Amino acid sequence: MGTVNPLGHDVESTWQALLACESGIAETGNFDARTFSTKFSAEVKGYDLTRHVPNAARHVHAGRHCRFALGAAAQAWKQSGLADYADLDRTRLGIYLGSGEGSIDFDNFTGTIVDSWRDGKVDTRRWAELAFRRMELYREAEQESNMVVAHLAAEFGARGPAFNVLTACAASTQAIGEAALQVRRGDADVMLTGGAHSMIHPYGVTGFIRLTALSSRNDDIASASRPFDQTRDGFVLGEGSSILVIETLEHAAKRGAKVLAEIVGYGSSADAFRVTDQDPDGAGAAASMRMALDDARLAPADIDYISAHGTGTKQNDQVETLAVKSVFGGLAYKVPISSVKSMLGHLIAAAGATELITCILAIRDQVLPPTINLHHPDPDCDLDYVPNAPRKAQVRTCMSNSFGFGGQNDTLIIVGQKE
Amino acid sequence: MPERRVAITGLGVVTPAGAGMDALWEALLAGQSFTRKIAAFDAGAFPTDLGGCVENFSARDYVPKNYRKSVKIMARDIELAVGAAGLALADAGIVTAAAGEGAATTIESCRLGCNIGAGLICTDLDEIGVALATALDDEGKFSMAKWGAGGINNLTPLWLLKYLPNMLACHVTIVHGAKGPSNTITCGDASAHLAIGEAARLVARGGADAVIAGGAESKLNPMGLLRQSLLKRLCTTWRDDASGACRPFDTQHAGTVIGEGGGLLVIEEMEHARLRGARMYAEVVGFASSCDPNGIEVEKPSAGGLGLAVRAAMKDAGIIPRQVGLIVTHGTAVPGEDVCETAEWRSVLGDLAGRIPAVAITGSLGSLFAGAGGVELAAAARALHSRCVPPTVNFSAAAPDCGLALASTARPGDFEYAVSAAFSVGGQSGACVLRRIEP
Repeated sequence: MGTVNPLGHDVESTWQALLACESGIAETGNFDARTFSTKFSAEVKGYDLTRHVPNAARHVHAGRHCRFALGAAAQAWKQSGLADYADLDRTRLGIYLGSGEGSIDFDNFTGTIVDSWRDGKVDTRRWAELAFRRMELYREAEQESNMVVAHLAAEFGARGPAFNVLTACAASTQAIGEAALQVRRGDADVMLTGGAHSMIHPYGVTGFIRLTALSSRNDDIASASRPFDQTRDGFVLGEGSSILVIETLEHAAKRGAKVLAEIVGYGSSADAFRVTDQDPDGAGAAASMRMALDDARLAPADIDYISAHGTGTKQNDQVETLAVKSVFGGLAYKVPISSVKSMLGHLIAAAGATELITCILAIRDQVLPPTINLHHPDPDCDLDYVPNAPRKAQVRTCMSNSFGFGGQNDTLIIVGQKE
Repeated sequence: MPERRVAITGLGVVTPAGAGMDALWEALLAGQSFTRKIAAFDAGAFPTDLGGCVENFSARDYVPKNYRKSVKIMARDIELAVGAAGLALADAGIVTAAAGEGAATTIESCRLGCNIGAGLICTDLDEIGVALATALDDEGKFSMAKWGAGGINNLTPLWLLKYLPNMLACHVTIVHGAKGPSNTITCGDASAHLAIGEAARLVARGGADAVIAGGAESKLNPMGLLRQSLLKRLCTTWRDDASGACRPFDTQHAGTVIGEGGGLLVIEEMEHARLRGARMYAEVVGFASSCDPNGIEVEKPSAGGLGLAVRAAMKDAGIIPRQVGLIVTHGTAVPGEDVCETAEWRSVLGDLAGRIPAVAITGSLGSLFAGAGGVELAAAARALHSRCVPPTVNFSAAAPDCGLALASTARPGDFEYAVSAAFSVGGQSGACVLRRIEP
């Protein structure tokens, strides 16, 4: 596994920061957000791709989130030991990502519209004259969300199945689940899977502000991400990438690879409710969790920890709580459930994969990451969210949830390996 | 559990040939092409002003009355998907929640899934421009300070949701009450094949009884035209009647034409379809996908990975080259891509690639991007069912190194297996093998 995110550029430093209850949130630096109603975000700071991919010349056109993905993938590849595995059949090495769109060429896109604006609309003739002078082929081409898959294919010589999905905040959980199904079926031996996204740019922030989805707690940004807290006021936009190498147990055993965890369950559902809102009963989220449990042939009692979607919006956290209660019944009060978005922010398409990595580490180290900034209990959110401090616990089986804007819900269940 | 068998029971296409598969089929048989000068905006200063435009279409006709105001927050791509979904489900004879409360739906909502491929959807320029115009400094240049301070409030609150690629599936699932697994694949021209293949897998393993699957996209806007122009994929030299510009595999192929459209199929478990007396166009018997490690070289024409995907899909279906009765190509009409695609088919089928009847539909419609594969597979299913390979519109003779067996006339035949495949800029490919179903 590998990760590049607001708390660190690799797995161990990220984990240490999470266990130290650090916040990755700061004043937005990617663009000047000083007059926006939300002036902060969780950015990746000081990232250098060449530390992870020394010869990155081939990737010169890769956009911001693609560079994160290359670094995360390189870490995962290195840990997997596949670089030294001579018998790897690259036609059976696939890539399944939940990667977002690349960053728009903001200055040129915006400037071209402004400079061709006449009588209340764009003069498309003038627009074309300007655009062909200012826009660049690669800057445009790299915005398509399938280009991250393309860059990983180039880096690792992959020729197997290749997919990219963009089910918003659920994307990388979905990618991992679907990748696991392909590997299970035998369509690939190894898959690189996970997600990448960076929406911390003017139009991304604009879009979420207009939806009233972002926290605007500008006077206390370190505590702005407050999943399940009564005073929560929205999510904090993050960016990054997390990538995992998955393969069949047989393939791993054959080459003597160390298994970090096993994916035993995956569920996916649609709310089919409303464009702007989740189903207030949490039925879609509950369906996703039940499907994953069925797939894993497990019962709610078998789950030691839930990594919540836990964005910190009024709606999600309340609905998610309801959904967990509906699936777990009375056990809901016994299973710890925390949101690392309280520290990392919301990595959108990359969130699910990042959160799954924290589950793997929770199993490895027998400790649960906390939900920080949880100081005001909400009667509608009354579960054990592991408030404010990590907690030692017996953890073997974890559930991770991701619920996307648009009502796509996905759940993964993983189990640690008995040594 | 052993894999269940999977059928295509509904075809829903919204293309420049009109709404519905019959309109497209008749147009193909008549050799009609719908590419013409773009009317939606003045494209006069672009290297080409040709496009394949969907006309006389509104998603309002495909949603319940009480959902019509939601059409206002749909990008064009979403509208096309909603239309194609309505058509596919109607064609399949499946009653959904769209019929209203109290309607007896054919399939339980949690057993109806959705998998719709989509592209990068650009905001409408006038829509963002209205708001940008309120955030200019004294010199008439964009001011970030003014934008953040209030300019953004001149955008509709749901602006972001209008243009997210997963909103195609979102609206379709809401309209039809589809609560099963739902995905949104964004792999360019390969998206719909990947979506349909993944949907077939879902049904085969019992995760759903039916899935609305395929893709939709419209690049018929200034940014779409700009990006394809920068990639040098467009036909810019055609001087005759615009309808002849897009010429897949033809000696005069000179680039593709931007189009728009949606192609969605109903992918359904076979016993389920049989029990309700559904018409089955074809069985999905094989699917595979592959990657081209050189896909990042977007300036270099390529159909990279198509051969591997086709080979793996045929293996998945358990068939060998001489069993292939029909090839449905992707046929972009970009000269380098046509040559590469031909080589990819040859790499799997050998000399048979020059003899197995083949068809491309791009000549009639232009490039439909994320919608292309859905329309291609609909055509493949219809060809098997109707026992006829439609003509390839705008094809008269094969360009050098493009020697697939296309034809400008219809060819009847009892084909048992059809193979359809598509590749994206960026290097992903998807291939599906369909088998004719005896009535």
